[in-house]
Amino acid sequence: MSTFTPPPLPSDDKRWKIVNGTMRKNGYARHALIETLHTVQSSFGYLDDDAIRFVARSLHVPLSQAYGVVTFYHYFSLKPPGKHTLTVCAGTACYIKGADKLIAAAEKKLGVGQGQTTSDGQISLMTARCVGACSRAPVSLCDGEVVGEMTPELIAEQLERWSVE
Amino acid sequence: MTIEELDQIAKNVQQENTKYDYEINVCMDLACASQGADKLREALVKAAEASGKKILVRRTGCMGPCSHGPLVRVDPNQTLYHRVKTEKAQAIVDHLGKEPLPELQCDLNDHFDRQVRVVLENAGQIDPEKVEDYISRDGYKALLTALTEMTPGGVIHRITESGLRGRGGGGYPTGLKWGTVAKAAGDMKYVVCNGDEGDPGAFMDRSVMEGDPHRVIEGMAIAAYAVGASKGYIYVRAEYPVAVSRLTTALREARRHGLLGNNIGNTPFNFDVEIRLGAGAFVCGEETALLASIEGRRGAPRTRPPYPAVSGLWGKPTLINNVETYANIAPIIRNGSKWFHDMGSERSKGTKVFALTGKITNTGLVEVPMGIKLRDIIEVIGGGVPGGHKFKAVQTGGPSGGCIPAEMLDVGVSYDALLKMGSIMGSGGMIVMDDTSCMVNVARFFIEFCMTESCGKCIPCRAGTAQMYTLLTRICTGEGTMDDLALLEDLCVTVKETSLCGLGQTSPNPVLSTLKYFRNEYIEHIEHKRCPAGVCNMQAAVEVMA
Repeated sequence: MSTFTPPPLPSDDKRWKIVNGTMRKNGYARHALIETLHTVQSSFGYLDDDAIRFVARSLHVPLSQAYGVVTFYHYFSLKPPGKHTLTVCAGTACYIKGADKLIAAAEKKLGVGQGQTTSDGQISLMTARCVGACSRAPVSLCDGEVVGEMTPELIAEQLERWSVE
Repeated sequence: MTIEELDQIAKNVQQENTKYDYEINVCMDLACASQGADKLREALVKAAEASGKKILVRRTGCMGPCSHGPLVRVDPNQTLYHRVKTEKAQAIVDHLGKEPLPELQCDLNDHFDRQVRVVLENAGQIDPEKVEDYISRDGYKALLTALTEMTPGGVIHRITESGLRGRGGGGYPTGLKWGTVAKAAGDMKYVVCNGDEGDPGAFMDRSVMEGDPHRVIEGMAIAAYAVGASKGYIYVRAEYPVAVSRLTTALREARRHGLLGNNIGNTPFNFDVEIRLGAGAFVCGEETALLASIEGRRGAPRTRPPYPAVSGLWGKPTLINNVETYANIAPIIRNGSKWFHDMGSERSKGTKVFALTGKITNTGLVEVPMGIKLRDIIEVIGGGVPGGHKFKAVQTGGPSGGCIPAEMLDVGVSYDALLKMGSIMGSGGMIVMDDTSCMVNVARFFIEFCMTESCGKCIPCRAGTAQMYTLLTRICTGEGTMDDLALLEDLCVTVKETSLCGLGQTSPNPVLSTLKYFRNEYIEHIEHKRCPAGVCNMQAAVEVMA
């Protein structure tokens, strides 16, 4: 059995070392694929072609399988996020309390749909399946911070603040 | 680590606590944190230091009634303050040892009196990041007792006798599952904790993992001893970053105290646990899909048998239980199976944690004995529907469950009763709906969820849910016909009977249950192009008619 030498890092960007660290910790085992993709996304904000190729080659996973995993799970994104992200929770409790109105308000204000980013790269609009803060529904995440009892007016205000920055 | 050493740690904690005259516990769970609990705690610490009194300010997990947050409990008198603004920190400290502040006092006796706390016994009592706090409340005693005084068979016997059933939704007898894994041949076995709480509207498992992480780890370790496993995985949703961080800390602390690792409790038992992150796929709550995801693959379920108990992770015998199931294990070992068996209804023993949300006054986490009437949960504990609206239905079991109407509220909560009503126990989401919710639209919401979450492996689920969604959309926009309704009912049966896994098999439940109890709403939509709740927009259809 030949000894495995992992491929060289795609660039001297330090974040690749963090990615490589996750793979090394898992002995470059195939089952570390999802863990590694998480590290890439938390380091770079999204997964691009170079990253998927590098991870797939390092873990000896066929590229098709790596791409299959990336596109299967909602959490992984193939596009870079905007400077700010508004995530509207669309779980059941939030839906019952009018999450659809929040989404409509955000779409109207930004002129983009769910999962898209404004053309100036300033704001991304996302929806979540459930963030587990159901008791404060409807809930949104403003750059990751939970805001409970959200209203269309508060959404408009928040988006206004972000867009004039 | 021995039981004596555990006792010593517990004694040290108690001794440390006697240094303080007062304890101020601040709930730091997500709901309270989103209402400023962090700043409040800082203000309390500052005020406590300045006061010269001997005060311990402690951050805790979820105290329960989230709608009253931020919550603060002052001990030793157990005074519960609600909706505490940061500015009130000084007043709280000033009033220690005096009459409680009337304007902040939270009077929820009805809410708490009907609850029984087993899984949540430490929630709101301990600092989740301190293993010593957990040990001071008999933590890890059950594990060491099991290791030193019980045989693996004895542990399984006790769990079987207790009548505990899986809390993930299915209700499979836990002892029976453990017995199967124990009997399975193989020198390598795994124990997996399903913390992929994908059911939207439920957050019990998040609160347990965040508020009392060691309880889950202890339950897993006892299970591993019982079935002969040496390696465990906790599969947690990536959407729960705090749970991941608390579990990571807890695992490190447990290892440091020799409660995980090799030769636990000076016995030959070795066990360690790793965390695996989910990546946002509801189907990964299904056990074979979850295993595929831990192995780094797409979360597609496979046919059973073989069951994971025989062939699971990497083909080895694997025990999979839900967070709440593991959280019940330590108390059963400590207090005996009879203690647990005495709680609950005939075939559903113990307690169940529910996440009470939607159109209800007291939202939050509640733990009730099995068999309690739904009416008691909603009207007494939940405080009823606010704003003068009328209760319409309660949804349990998430996308796999159903809507239960007002006339069924006097039924006691149990696995079998909920199933009979066309819903399921599920993991414990309980979403209350009032007269402003359209039941057809609710059914469409859940089918849309199942459609987007279908992994696509089997046709009934992949294509069936999409067709059902189209039919429901037609009905919701006023374009539906009675033929559509007949086709919808037909599809429900097909998808239910022929799908590969639980996601598909249960996906028609929200449609079937609303059709069963709220058929008139469907008819109104179809025949009169009218949405009784005023939710669906039927303008286009009405104009065509005119």
